[in-house]
Amino acid sequence: MKKDIILAGVGGQGILSIATVIGAAALEQGLYLKQAEVHGMSQRGGDVQSNLRLSSAPIHSDLIPRGGADLIVSLEPMEALRYLPYLSENGWIITNTVPFKNIPNYPEMADIQASLDAAGQVIAIDVDEIAKSVLSPRSANMVLLGATAAVLDILDPDKLRDGIRKVFARKGEAIVETNVKAFDAGYASALKNR
Amino acid sequence: MEEKRLLLGDEALALAALHAGLTGVYAYPGTPSTEITEFIQNHPLTRERGIHCDWSCNEKTAMEGALGVSYAGKRALVCMKHVGMNVCADTFVNAGMTGANGGLVVAACDDPSMHSSQNEQDSRFYGAFAMVPVFEPSNQQEAYEMTRYAYPFSERLHIPVLMRLTTRMAHSRAVVKTREGEPENGLHFPENPRQWVLLPANAKVRNDQLVKDYLHFEEEAVRSPFNHLTEGTDHRLGIIACGISYNYLMENFPDGCPYPVLKVSQYPFPRALARKLAEQCESLLVLEEGQPLVEERLNGVFPPQKPVHGRLDGTLPRTGELTPDCVRKALGLPALKAHAASDAVVARPPALCQGCGHRDFYTALNAVIKEYPTSRVFSDIGCYTLGWLAPFHAFQTCVEMGASLTMAQGAAHSGVWPSVAVIGDSTFTHSGMTGLLDAVNSKADVTLCISDNLTTGMTGGQDSAGTGRLEAICEGIGVEPEHIRTIVPLPKNYPEMEQVIREELEYHGVSVIICRRECIQTAKRHLAAKKQ
Repeated sequence: MKKDIILAGVGGQGILSIATVIGAAALEQGLYLKQAEVHGMSQRGGDVQSNLRLSSAPIHSDLIPRGGADLIVSLEPMEALRYLPYLSENGWIITNTVPFKNIPNYPEMADIQASLDAAGQVIAIDVDEIAKSVLSPRSANMVLLGATAAVLDILDPDKLRDGIRKVFARKGEAIVETNVKAFDAGYASALKNR
Repeated sequence: MEEKRLLLGDEALALAALHAGLTGVYAYPGTPSTEITEFIQNHPLTRERGIHCDWSCNEKTAMEGALGVSYAGKRALVCMKHVGMNVCADTFVNAGMTGANGGLVVAACDDPSMHSSQNEQDSRFYGAFAMVPVFEPSNQQEAYEMTRYAYPFSERLHIPVLMRLTTRMAHSRAVVKTREGEPENGLHFPENPRQWVLLPANAKVRNDQLVKDYLHFEEEAVRSPFNHLTEGTDHRLGIIACGISYNYLMENFPDGCPYPVLKVSQYPFPRALARKLAEQCESLLVLEEGQPLVEERLNGVFPPQKPVHGRLDGTLPRTGELTPDCVRKALGLPALKAHAASDAVVARPPALCQGCGHRDFYTALNAVIKEYPTSRVFSDIGCYTLGWLAPFHAFQTCVEMGASLTMAQGAAHSGVWPSVAVIGDSTFTHSGMTGLLDAVNSKADVTLCISDNLTTGMTGGQDSAGTGRLEAICEGIGVEPEHIRTIVPLPKNYPEMEQVIREELEYHGVSVIICRRECIQTAKRHLAAKKQ
């Protein structure tokens, strides 16, 4: 069994903490894992992505082949579409619906929506709003992780919650609970929206 | 004690160096190598043992510091991005001549596809050039194992070794099994002291020895636990897979590769293994990340006895990093079914952060430069290089670390006026100070703007070597004190900033404008740390 995930977003949005939590959970569950990250110049407000591969068997390539991704998980709707050629035919897109407009020629939202609709299996939720609704406004990325957990059958959601506890432990109990709450809200929302 | 940890390739290398009894890491930050040194800086063993881990001014001072550690019989690590090899090349090549006493590992992280670099040079060429063995791990576990192996190897063969990583190896995480560490070496000096004094009389003797040793290094590569020849059932093709390209090959054959494969992770290139592969195959395919170093050597000027495919004949792209997809195509396998690209996607280039001091500096500089249509601005390497993009379009050149001021001088000598250089604080102490001395000595008509954000910003906010001392450094180099001006880049200061820039452009000599405000990213971090 394997799950190949492309995590996408804009530099500074926090895709790497999603990857870190999944990594901690995968390690705990004894899965093989490879996670290629982007550091350096592109982190300054440019598009960023991380290739995250989980498998019960050893993994060779650090990069996911085109057409090989089971999931695209994105904190930004246009960034989700950027990696469409990597998505497998039966793959899922889990994306935030709130655009991050730091470029002058950002496309029309209707065009983005049409592209998403044509992509097949999509969970599109406003993670910023959901994060606010459970009083965790700074944990939008954990809402997205929660939504991902609803279709990520290779990892047990409880292991992901443990992952959050482990990763955020040094920031104190209050931050841990805020993030778990955001995760749960994302999970519930995805079950409703899938 | 055995332990399993999730580590970047960079971190696996760093941890292995610590476990090998490292005495000092010497480095200048550079993507994708920065995390090696940062991992060592943050590791408890570093504090416990007092391992040297301060950032060096540049890659040359780093390499020299490490060579000193090796001379003293202890183990050292040098880390840099690929272009850093150019900066330390003098030391690196001559360290092949002195050889190593304590284990000396030089980690060079190449950036094919130029994710965060100005070229895609392949550091393996430096290994061959300096007649130094090269290791090229194919996965994170191998990065750990090879570094553990490289230290005693370096000591046994009395030679520095080059550890070559590429972006996908450096910045990809996997589970790594680690083992019991070793203590540091004791102080002990080289057996042959003449080798460390490279006077021609000594160097000639050593050069002959090194040429002989290099053949011996190749025998080591033939026997290496990291190189192996795997049999196959289909002999129409034999594949040579170097470094991480091995993964892309195996990714495309989940049930095993039908062709014989030579995996190469240790150089000098093991020719005996390649001959063994070629004898049983009709043609060869060379997979290598970076430039076609192996392929060029197999495929000479004369018609080859066996066709060799790779980057040179178009089987693989001539430039850019390898991917599972381009390797798949080279193997003649059909592409996987995938979605078509979306039309609703546009480029999102990186940009200077909102609130960044470089923005305010460029705004003021552009306002003044508009008044001087004959002017040219020469910039340098750092976050501020993003000032070439919209909306600033603030300069005409950016080449390598330190080239701003020296190119501005050459242009000034040629009659360009005003000739303006823009450099960051960390780039200035890396490679700008000697150029400033040239400018002072030649009384060049140049204006140097140091955009000082008190850190090495682009790589994530490491210490900058001259923080708090830039005025003193410029004065010490000989710039007249009244032409060393300091301004604070903020919108409310635009009139004052523009006035200062205008005055110094009009001064016909060397002037320095230090434009100082803390990096917005490190400022946020410092504020958060204070709150806690």
